[in-house]
Amino acid sequence: MLLSIVIFLPLLGVIAIALLRGLGASAVKGIALVIGLLTFIVSLGLYTGFDATTATFQNVTQQAWIPGLGTSYHIGIDGISLWLVLLTTFLTPVCILAAWNSIEKGISGFMMSLLALETGMLGVFCALDLFLFFVFWESMLIPMYFLIGIWGGERRIYATVKFVLYTMAGSALMLVGILALYLQNNNSFDLTTLSGPFEHSHLLFLAFFIAFAIKVPLFPFHTWLPDAHVEAPTAGSVILAGVLLKMGTYGIIRFCLPLFPDAAAEFTPLIVPLAVIGIIYGALVAMVQPDLKKLVAYSSVSHLGFVVLGLFSKSPAGIQGSVLQMINHGLSTGALFLLVGMIYERRHSRMIVDFGGLAKRMPIFATIFMVVTLSSIGLPGLNGFVGEYMILLGSFVQGAFSKIYVVIATAGVILAAVYMLWMFQRVMFGTLDKTNEALPDLNAREIVVMLPILLFIVWIGVYPKPFLSKIEKSVGLVVTQVQTEPAMGRAGEQENSSQQSVVSNQQNGDTLLKSLLPDSRQPMADSQYTELALRGTQRVQHEKIEKEAETK
Amino acid sequence: MTIELIVVLLVAPLVGFLVNGLLGLSKNKGLKGNEQLSGWIGSLAVLVSLVCSIIAFASLHGGAAPFDETLYEWITGESFAFNIGFRVDALTSVMLLVITGVGFLIHVYSIGYMHGDEGYTRYFAYLNLFIFAMLILVLGNNYLMMFVGWEGVGLCSYLLIGFWYEKQTATDAGKKAFIVNRIGDFGFLLGMFTLFAAFGTLDFTSIFDAAEADNFQKVFGASTLVIATLLLFVGAIGKSAQIPLYVWLPDAMEGPTPVSALIHAATMVTAGVYMIARSAVLYNIAHTGEVVAWIGVLTAFFAATIALTQNDIKRILAYSTVSQLGYMFLGVGVGAYASGVFHLVTHAFFKGLMFLTAGSVMHAMANELDMRRMGGLKAKMPITHWTFLVGALAIAGFPFLSGFWSKDEILHSAWGSSPIIYAIGLVTAFLTAFYMFRLIFVTFYGESRVEPEVDSHLHESPPVMWVPLAILAIPSALIGLLLGWGGHESWFHHFTKSVFPEAHHEASGNVILFMVISSVVGLAGIAFAWSRYRERTPSEEPTNALHKLLVNKYYVDEVYNALIVQPIKNGSHYLLWRIVDNGIIDGIVNGIGSIIRFIGGTLRRLQTGLVQVYIVSMVLGIVLFLAYYLFFL
Repeated sequence: MLLSIVIFLPLLGVIAIALLRGLGASAVKGIALVIGLLTFIVSLGLYTGFDATTATFQNVTQQAWIPGLGTSYHIGIDGISLWLVLLTTFLTPVCILAAWNSIEKGISGFMMSLLALETGMLGVFCALDLFLFFVFWESMLIPMYFLIGIWGGERRIYATVKFVLYTMAGSALMLVGILALYLQNNNSFDLTTLSGPFEHSHLLFLAFFIAFAIKVPLFPFHTWLPDAHVEAPTAGSVILAGVLLKMGTYGIIRFCLPLFPDAAAEFTPLIVPLAVIGIIYGALVAMVQPDLKKLVAYSSVSHLGFVVLGLFSKSPAGIQGSVLQMINHGLSTGALFLLVGMIYERRHSRMIVDFGGLAKRMPIFATIFMVVTLSSIGLPGLNGFVGEYMILLGSFVQGAFSKIYVVIATAGVILAAVYMLWMFQRVMFGTLDKTNEALPDLNAREIVVMLPILLFIVWIGVYPKPFLSKIEKSVGLVVTQVQTEPAMGRAGEQENSSQQSVVSNQQNGDTLLKSLLPDSRQPMADSQYTELALRGTQRVQHEKIEKEAETK
Repeated sequence: MTIELIVVLLVAPLVGFLVNGLLGLSKNKGLKGNEQLSGWIGSLAVLVSLVCSIIAFASLHGGAAPFDETLYEWITGESFAFNIGFRVDALTSVMLLVITGVGFLIHVYSIGYMHGDEGYTRYFAYLNLFIFAMLILVLGNNYLMMFVGWEGVGLCSYLLIGFWYEKQTATDAGKKAFIVNRIGDFGFLLGMFTLFAAFGTLDFTSIFDAAEADNFQKVFGASTLVIATLLLFVGAIGKSAQIPLYVWLPDAMEGPTPVSALIHAATMVTAGVYMIARSAVLYNIAHTGEVVAWIGVLTAFFAATIALTQNDIKRILAYSTVSQLGYMFLGVGVGAYASGVFHLVTHAFFKGLMFLTAGSVMHAMANELDMRRMGGLKAKMPITHWTFLVGALAIAGFPFLSGFWSKDEILHSAWGSSPIIYAIGLVTAFLTAFYMFRLIFVTFYGESRVEPEVDSHLHESPPVMWVPLAILAIPSALIGLLLGWGGHESWFHHFTKSVFPEAHHEASGNVILFMVISSVVGLAGIAFAWSRYRERTPSEEPTNALHKLLVNKYYVDEVYNALIVQPIKNGSHYLLWRIVDNGIIDGIVNGIGSIIRFIGGTLRRLQTGLVQVYIVSMVLGIVLFLAYYLFFL
């Protein structure tokens, strides 16, 4: 019930604004902010009530929806979606506050779009029914279409159309995949009853993966992103980078990996190079961008490359790092777009050459910008490092793919420093231009917008345990699912070799390493058992819910 | 020793950073502009750490076991555990004393040196943050903690080099330092991954115990540790400015001079030496010390040759630092870990001292750095002159001063490893004495070439600056004798024995003979400098091709720029962005769009809305179908 409230509270806000828009702009903004904050506060209940000792879905609600179609309103969260839900509910009020003075026309429409978007995004992260998932997935596009198309910059129509068509191309494939799964699942869309192996799993994997890869965006499907970002209003960019991109990586970890582990293993040699190219390519292209927003957009391509790399590492550390990095990227890149937006409101330019020496005039802005930049660079002590480190370590140790990819990806860490620091130097350092002399430093509202983000940036960097411990079990389940499929082809060989190596290590009595590869220690029996047990509990829970629904 | 002591030791500078940082951002003029407040908060914070360090040292010296405890779990999961934990053993406590001792004096000195600077508060905030990061680096009980401090000091170095951020050269230098260091960090990270893959942990004691027992996963077969140690060494090369990554350090002189003394001479740049000394067990097993020694001795020689022809006093000191760091690597490379660290300690004092005296000269001469416009400063600045002379004699290996002891130990051990390395080291010792006394003679002796308007203001620095100089001069002169008397039986070797494994190469030969040779070589360098620069200035020097090559620092920066920086920049701009991204990928995307629009546009013409056309096409269709049925079926 709580989860449904969280998902649909913003939609209530949309209705409220629609009814009360006559009261004026400030009333509309007030309603939006209150709803946004309320949603966040309610969503904290999901955190406090979350049981980190299990990988099963929690806060589950299942109601018959269109029984004839085999679809139901089935929602729930695990340790992975919990954080994405919280990230969404956290960033939405931040965006509302950031858009406070920057939207001049149609503020009620803007706020309605933003809140409708929030419901769509939350629905995507919580849906446990493929049909429901698809409905939310598609419904999200509409408010985003308005946000960029109406409140965007000069080339907004081109950017919007490109964004929508790119996404639709992927969605169409995914829809086919969903239908194929439906037919193989006794005509049910329920995610929790799905269990492989599926027929045509390679094609199905690709259908889902391409849809998600576009969203991520994985090289070479990324060219919609810079355009969409440059044209979108600040709030749109923040949501786009902060949450929408995570739908792609979320989709991979929720569908591609657990449902089609064989296919995932088969395609790893193809996907990992793309991720690594994305890391380096995104960084290099970001380096030479003259437009701040484009620079940040390309940096997202690089950062998300890390996330995809970690997801395909098959390792607990790598996948956990990827999930954490989704949150980190949402925070730091969201913050970067907010900061760029703040400077744009003052100077009406995003061109790096128009700035220089701002640190002198805007010390608070410069300080916050510095912290966010360092977070993005992955400086230890701030959030970005924890995620990147876990991804790279997991990828290196597990050996799901060649270590050379990890080496190249690690080189991306150097390039991140290059493009971010060069940008920072050109914007903040040097002599102040005459035209920029009158720029005011951040005001109280803007500081309030930034402070909570900074708090999380430092918190995750210094003490990530509260975050990691909630993710751990759910990732563990995904890891068992990807690692334990019947040994076939290349993936199987790798697993065998890792078993041998670990056995030899076990004799050495190194407990930490033993636990590094927990499942392959006693080859199949152990892990299959775990998997079956986990699936079993899911089924049991599922049946229980069904019974409850019947009694109601 | 208790965890509380370590936490206080560590957190005091962090508190100083936060307080000064907030003061710096505050809009209250009374708080923001209050130099006394910021300066003393900053210095006091480090004093607290110094006192804690002394307590820790005393406890170890009194025979206490090394301290090793975890504060809290940092990045943990079912299969991995990285903790925030500290280790204080002999090596750490030596580093702690150097960092907080030299650090405290430099903080005090900065109170006077930075007087009147607009960013006074910000300066002390950064300086305290640096001390905090440096303390993490040496206090960590695992490689990841070391890496945290490692990156942290890199950040502070970046911030402080670019402290005067309105100067393009300063921010360029800061950025360069950070990026070049990141190249090193790339190696460090991969080294850590390799170690973790092999040992399943990054804790020092677990790794070293397992390595000694040969009880670890051979992820790269027999060369696992070779790869791991060489990768770690890449990190050290970056941080400690060795070939080929030394290029950032000379540029780093753009920062305030006390920063050069603290970060770019005494502490941060020695982190690489500390890392290898800390990993002594691994380097011994992997036998990769030889690589370290060669890189070290070549860097020592190479940097010394550049220092011969420079005229900017801070640059000379910078190349000298690169060169001396080379000596330290030579020491730890040939397995003389204690000697390498011993040189780190003596160098921290005498090089810190020399940078501060250089700062004193700059302070008096309106930031002039070119010694061709100096000369005869001895009369106007006696304390500065004498303290500098102490530092220069120490580095030149003048008998019984600090550098003499530590450098001699290193050279002696080098002889046991390879006579060629020893010979290069000895030549470098000669060059060192020469360029250092070239600097002394040109700057402090001879006729004054100071511009008249500067000359009228020429003065000795205020007590807040010269007192730290005088205090630093004492250990610069004597610490070698105190700690190093007795060579391999000295107090220093005895104290650090528990940390380092036995060396491969037992130092051989007559100790006294080596000392005599070193002394003669050092004195010869001084004498040669005296003969050349007693009455001549560098501007009167003959120029030839070699001289030009040296003045231009072998054109290394230019080569890097042409071979690495520009191709990456242009390749990214034209090839990747313009051609691949905008041209090919977007070309395909927009191309698909155009094709669909074209097809749509063409098909659209069929739907004209005219009934006649529809009827005609319908009739035509029927006729065709009929024809098909009639004639083909």
